[in-house]
Amino acid sequence: MEQSPDKNILVTADGIPLKTSLARAQRRSKFVAFMMVFPLLFFIMIGFIVPIVDMLFLSIDNSIVNRILPNTVESLKNWDPYANELPDEAVYASMVDDIKKAKKAREHTKIGTRLNYESSGFASLFRKAGRKVQKIDKPPYKEALIKTDKRWADIYTWQVIKQNSSDLTDGYYLAAFDFTRKFTNGKVEPLPEKDSIYIKLFFRTLLLSTLITFLTFVIGFPVSYMLANVPTRISNILIIFVLLPFWTSLLVRTTSWIALLQQEGVINDFLILIGIISEDGRLAMIHNATGTVIAMTHILLPFMILPLFSVMKTIPKSYLRAAISLGAHPWVAFWRIYFPNTGPGIGAGSILVFILAIGYYITPALVGGSSGTFISNRIAYHISNSLNWGLGSSIGVILLVIVLFLFILYDRIIGIKNMKLG
Amino acid sequence: MGNTNNSEAYVSFQNVQKTYDGESFVIKNLNLDAERGEFITMLGPSGSGKTTCLLMLAGFETATYGEIILDGTSINNVPPHKRNIGMVFQNYALFPHLTVNENLAFPLQVRKVEKYEIEKKVRNALEMVQLGEYGSRRPMQLSGGQQQRVAVARALVFEPKIVLMDEPLGALDKQLREQMQYEIKELHEKLEVTVVYVTHDQSEALTMSNRIAVFDDGIIQQLAPPNVLYESPENAFVAQFIGENNTLSGKVIAINKEICTVEVGENETLRALAVNIEGIGSDTMISLRPERVVVNPENGSYPNIVSAEVIELIYLGDHIRSRMKVCGHDDFIVKIPNSAHHAQLKPGNTVKVGWLAEDARALDAPA
Ligand SMILES: Nc1ncnc2c1ncn2[C@@H]1O[C@H](COP(=O)(O)OP(=O)(O)O)[C@@H](O)[C@H]1O
Ligand SMILES: [Mg+2]
Repeated sequence: MEQSPDKNILVTADGIPLKTSLARAQRRSKFVAFMMVFPLLFFIMIGFIVPIVDMLFLSIDNSIVNRILPNTVESLKNWDPYANELPDEAVYASMVDDIKKAKKAREHTKIGTRLNYESSGFASLFRKAGRKVQKIDKPPYKEALIKTDKRWADIYTWQVIKQNSSDLTDGYYLAAFDFTRKFTNGKVEPLPEKDSIYIKLFFRTLLLSTLITFLTFVIGFPVSYMLANVPTRISNILIIFVLLPFWTSLLVRTTSWIALLQQEGVINDFLILIGIISEDGRLAMIHNATGTVIAMTHILLPFMILPLFSVMKTIPKSYLRAAISLGAHPWVAFWRIYFPNTGPGIGAGSILVFILAIGYYITPALVGGSSGTFISNRIAYHISNSLNWGLGSSIGVILLVIVLFLFILYDRIIGIKNMKLG
Repeated sequence: MGNTNNSEAYVSFQNVQKTYDGESFVIKNLNLDAERGEFITMLGPSGSGKTTCLLMLAGFETATYGEIILDGTSINNVPPHKRNIGMVFQNYALFPHLTVNENLAFPLQVRKVEKYEIEKKVRNALEMVQLGEYGSRRPMQLSGGQQQRVAVARALVFEPKIVLMDEPLGALDKQLREQMQYEIKELHEKLEVTVVYVTHDQSEALTMSNRIAVFDDGIIQQLAPPNVLYESPENAFVAQFIGENNTLSGKVIAINKEICTVEVGENETLRALAVNIEGIGSDTMISLRPERVVVNPENGSYPNIVSAEVIELIYLGDHIRSRMKVCGHDDFIVKIPNSAHHAQLKPGNTVKVGWLAEDARALDAPA
């Protein structure tokens, strides 16, 4: 390495600038490093990023109306949905034309299904129209279409179509927050109490997840402390018992709770046997919130114990001894010296358990009954039963936002760098 | 609280025995008295039970048998947090989530000292260890030597009866270690606090202590001031453990008052101080410091003069270290001072070496 006299930049012996040589030398190792993470990166892209982006898109996508009924959407542009007048002949003509084309492409039921989420009845309306529209071949289309079904003469029908004619919609999010946009006047209003379910479910999910996190902490902390303070030979064996649940199917673990907790189950029988409750006073501990909390606390416990254990393992025993030798009562020493040093483990364990709990659905579905289901159960319902993927996605996005928000809040208050996962 | 002891010993182990597993003694029989203000060091190889002794004194381990007296009171049944003993741990055990100030304030807070008093004492303690400006830092933000000083300050800030230090300098590099030895010693002299210090480093023990208890095999092999320990070891273990030492093993053939005659190797007889021998005919080990050996002495000037073959020479600046073969032992070390007219040796030379009978100590022969 020598100094080139004129430019004052460092060069190697063969005169290439030092920075260039360094970059060249590092290129190979960078490439190797990239190739090593590539399979995982690829997997994450396919399995994680793409679905999330897709979900974000699905939750606001409403292009189906515009795609299947393009002429109708175009002609409805000049129609005022709140003027209490039916659309004119041109709109009906476009609708007939659109339905004919959709029928040919076998898509008229799709639009019916889509609009049925907004207002029930649309599925049958479009199925019927699809059957009869072929016979309509000359004007007046308005009368002809109305003849197939009286609902075509209802302003409400057209208000629904008009409101859903833009490519993007906030309708799913409104629904996920128990709001609705009235078709008759376009105003956003809360749903009546009896129809509101999502906000209640969100709150229940957050509340029960918090409770579960707290319970895993209360149960897991002493266990971790014990594990961290027995000789390694023993703790290695005991840690297997903590991990044992991972080797058993989640379904088996959940259903075994049913056997234990149900009204004719082991625990109720035992309580009657020792006379704490009477035969008619059998406790309802399953198929309600209690069941969800008990089963999930059990299932998520290892996720609290492991980070706590790994943090406690690194806290030297001499801290407690030092504190005691300095005159602190053992309890004071524990509370003021030991406990604060377990913070990173508590943080990691809590956030792990909480985030897992908030998105859990198998266990609540099996043991939650009606009062112990989580918001994820609604997502599952919309994805696999009602097939309203838009609403399912919007709930999913809200859940994701809540988790990210809590994560950021955690970072602000405690700091992610203070978290120790293992 | 227990019986009062009228002897002047401030800390006293009386017939203390300790076993962890019920099968073997870690401490066989410990009797040790330390005076108020004394700096007493437990020195011994790793595993010899030094830490166990400190832990019993601090109250974290209980003596299986025997009694530990502090300031005239038996403390066997006093819980550790009420013993008022300061302790410096090898890894310092500074509380990482507290600042230096808070670390120092901790022992005062748990003693319910007034707030302004705490501030004053903490400030004084920090200045005492020359860390006045570092009070608001976290321990992690300090160097090893600074952490060490904080640990010492914390063990002193509440004015404990005694301070225990378990290999406190073990984690420091050589230079820092020597500086800290000096500083701790100075603090001890200034504060007149009683210190029980544990180390396996003999030079550290020699530098710092008033008295040293050499530990091995669960008992104290010798308890003496540094110079006595070095110059008059009472048994083979102490002689070997403290300082550099030549050993010549042989058989006692005659004893004349303090001087005995020992047959070493082939018909060579040496005269040595009879320190720890059983009698005529017993095996013995003569211990001789390398610096007490003279090369090429005048004939008849020393009672012990033998011929030696130079095997190896190492130039060390202030002196030359020479390994020689003497009386069949080829690990005999002689230190030749680098003076103007010192003997010029070469490997392979045969020379005469001599020493006084008083410098050679006939000790027990280790098994
Ligand atoms: N908590 C313990 N349980 C069982 N054996 C122990 C324990 N602590 C120390 N020992 C044993 O006691 C002996 C002395 O240990 P220690 O006092 O730590 O020695 P030192 O400090 O001199 O190195 C060692 O053999 C060690 O294995
Ligand atoms: Mg030790």
